Amino acid sequence: MIQTLRKLWRNPGGLHLDENKDVSTQCPSRQIPLAAQLVIPLLQHAGDKPKVVANVGAYVYKGQTLAVAQSNNSVNVHATTSGTISAIEPRPVAHPSGLHDLCVVLIPDGKDDWGDARLPTYPNYTEIDPAILRQQVKAAGVVGMGGAVFPSAVKLNVRPDKPIRTLILNGAECEPYITCDDMLMREQAAEIVAGAQVMMHIVKPQECLIGVEDNKPLAIAAMQAAITAAQDSRIQVVAVPTIYPSGGAKQLTFILTGKEVPSGGRSSDIGVLCNNVATARAIYHAVVHGEPSLSRYVTVTGNGIAQPCNLEIPFGTPISHVAAHAGGTTPQAKRWRMGGPMMGITLHDAATPVVKAMNCLLVNDELENTQPAMPCIRCGRCTDACPTSLLPQQLYWFARAKEFDKAKTHHLSDCIECGCCEYVCPSHIPLVDYYRFAKAEIRTEREAKVKADLARERHEFHQERLERAKREKAEKLAKHKEQAQTNTDDGKKAAIQAALERAKAKKAEAAASTTSGDTAA
Amino acid sequence: MIFNKRTSPVATGKADVSTLMQQVLYALIPGTLLLVWFFGWGMITNWVLAIGFALLFEAIMLKLRQRPIEPFLMDYSAVLTAWLLAVAMPAFSPWWLIAVAMLFAIVIAKHLYGGLGYNPFNPAMVGYAAMLVSYPVQMTIWPEPVHFSFAHIGADQAFQKVFWGINTGWDALSGATPLDAVKVNLGLHKTLEEIYASGHFGLFGGDAWAWINLAWLAGGLWMIQRKVISWHIPVALLAGLGGIATIFWLVNPQLYASPLFHLLGGAAMLGAFFIATDPVSASTTPMGKLIYAAGIGLFTYIIRTWGGYPDAIAFAVLIMNMAVPLIDYYTQPRVYGTKRGWLG
Ligand code: SF4
Ligand code: SF4
Repeated sequence: MIQTLRKLWRNPGGLHLDENKDVSTQCPSRQIPLAAQLVIPLLQHAGDKPKVVANVGAYVYKGQTLAVAQSNNSVNVHATTSGTISAIEPRPVAHPSGLHDLCVVLIPDGKDDWGDARLPTYPNYTEIDPAILRQQVKAAGVVGMGGAVFPSAVKLNVRPDKPIRTLILNGAECEPYITCDDMLMREQAAEIVAGAQVMMHIVKPQECLIGVEDNKPLAIAAMQAAITAAQDSRIQVVAVPTIYPSGGAKQLTFILTGKEVPSGGRSSDIGVLCNNVATARAIYHAVVHGEPSLSRYVTVTGNGIAQPCNLEIPFGTPISHVAAHAGGTTPQAKRWRMGGPMMGITLHDAATPVVKAMNCLLVNDELENTQPAMPCIRCGRCTDACPTSLLPQQLYWFARAKEFDKAKTHHLSDCIECGCCEYVCPSHIPLVDYYRFAKAEIRTEREAKVKADLARERHEFHQERLERAKREKAEKLAKHKEQAQTNTDDGKKAAIQAALERAKAKKAEAAASTTSGDTAA
Repeated sequence: MIFNKRTSPVATGKADVSTLMQQVLYALIPGTLLLVWFFGWGMITNWVLAIGFALLFEAIMLKLRQRPIEPFLMDYSAVLTAWLLAVAMPAFSPWWLIAVAMLFAIVIAKHLYGGLGYNPFNPAMVGYAAMLVSYPVQMTIWPEPVHFSFAHIGADQAFQKVFWGINTGWDALSGATPLDAVKVNLGLHKTLEEIYASGHFGLFGGDAWAWINLAWLAGGLWMIQRKVISWHIPVALLAGLGGIATIFWLVNPQLYASPLFHLLGGAAMLGAFFIATDPVSASTTPMGKLIYAAGIGLFTYIIRTWGGYPDAIAFAVLIMNMAVPLIDYYTQPRVYGTKRGWLG
């Protein structure tokens, strides 16, 4: 393995977890037959919902746009295969509270026909204006595939005052069980490197670092080979120590560059752009082949799955269909999760579709943590484990007591919800739940404040308008009166004047008629 | 099909409160065995009575406070408090002394403050300090440590002493601890040299206390190695105590006992590894732990040297317990992506 030695920084805290990764990397990834029905959620990204442009009953081609982004902070959504739209309605989606959300239901015709739905292709993208390529990335519906699902086009939009120095490709994949990025790097290294090159053309960094945890030697070797083949000296694979959560964007950024993303800021503030390896591949497909983001590698694993493996799955495929094509479920299939055991969410319905954020479908029999929560004994284990150097026990205390102001000054907003604190807590306190609760409360409070401010502003404005109207009315009235006053005075004068004039005229007339009566008659 | 639900994380580590407490109890075993060797039945009665009363009070309080009894009794925290008091109180302590001490520790210091996790003061030390203030005589008279004490004082004698306060054939065996002896004799304007010459002092001079301290040290090191406790508190406490002792000893070795005497005397090691490390009442930030423990070391020395009591760990711990909220506030670690905090 050719690898330049690079200084790495050590992140505080973190855990060595049981990886459980080998089970799903025994065989190459596979594609699976299309499901009888695809349920494509409109909101698969973090941002605004796009507007549906397809109609129920319409026939759509593979890659055809079903919904169009209405703002910068949104992306288009596409048909994952050709077929007929049977419904556009709320369906269960992957959501922590099991909510339903608007989905396009597609009955595939099995032809997988692209028709004319492909986007323009830019094989010579280096000659194309980055702004156009960014637009293409947005139109192709590419979002961050590491889990944050932030629209990639937004991240690729570099502000001139904040140039990007380092592009980081995140292949760390630190969470137990998940191996989709590992397999992707082993099997699609060339496409990832090509995607990195596209991104480098758009954001013009000086270097590209691909961070991979050192428990994936095959992936590191494959990426290295691809870089060598591409002959691009700007790109470098860096093996990072296997410690959860070094795959967190902020953590990996620090490990690789020694720089910290400022609290409340973006990584671009320190000249870094961090993207998942799967996102790089999606960008490559979007720009070079004009293919929207229609599928992804998903790790299907856990003791509830008969043959754990990695599958390339079209978005909208129900998870029950996915499990069926991974050898089916075992009697241990009690709990279904999207993502891993640390940061994933539990799914509530077998019809939940695979979405862009789903890196892993974890099915197993580990039921809820039944140990009762004991009081916090302030042992400080959570502090030692926290990768962000927070004081989780204090945050817990503040969240519990609803002292949100104190939680804020103790940097609750910097908690990445990695779950390290909860994992080590000997009192089995559901710490992360408390943080989510507190964050939600603070958000609601802030929104309520914004709303209240707006309402007050509106009220004040309304009040002022009323007053102004009153004032104006009074002024007008006063003016009116005055005018009326002068008017009446003038009127009288005018009337008199007119009468006088009329009299004068009559007189004159009479005089004239007497003088030249014949001629006038 | 509806699945089982739970938000993340669903993976949990193996640590739990009762396992942790159990490991602390294991670590107490070597020192306790040595105490039993030197004080025989007197330590056994202490131990049995303390744990018995602790569990009794704990159960009553849980019942009164309508808490589930089983999980909280099984967390071993009351047992640990009792055990610490049992080995800190003089051997052959009368039963009522132990009962009142446990009452202060479990009922007042722990449950009236809200139970496990909510007590700002170390319960064992509250019990100890309350007894020391109220019954200074009973709390400072230790019997002379003798090898295989069982051979010298039988069970019947011990029970008579503990339950009826009758001491027969006893006086010859009771004496002062080295800390006490130094203190008293320094008060009589003797030099340390003279004091040392008069009795059993120093590790190899046959001082049982030094050996007992070494046994606590061994248990403590085992806990650090097993990650039951972190190194911060014991190291800072011993450094604080040893540091200030060294300074004064260098200034006048005839008037101030050596650092080794302080580190291996009284409850220094027990305090450093087992008492000050009580997580609930200690500081919880890494920097805060250092400040908290160094403070205990300093106060221990000050009270030992100039205060009215021979040993001082209990008071020093309680004083620093009071400072914990302040320490915690000013020692928040610097959070990722933020500016440097106060001391973090
Ligand atoms: S790990 Fe749990 S018990 Fe220990 S301090 Fe943190 S929250 Fe409290
Ligand atoms: S969940 Fe938050 S508080 Fe807990 S370890 Fe992770 S970042 Fe720290």
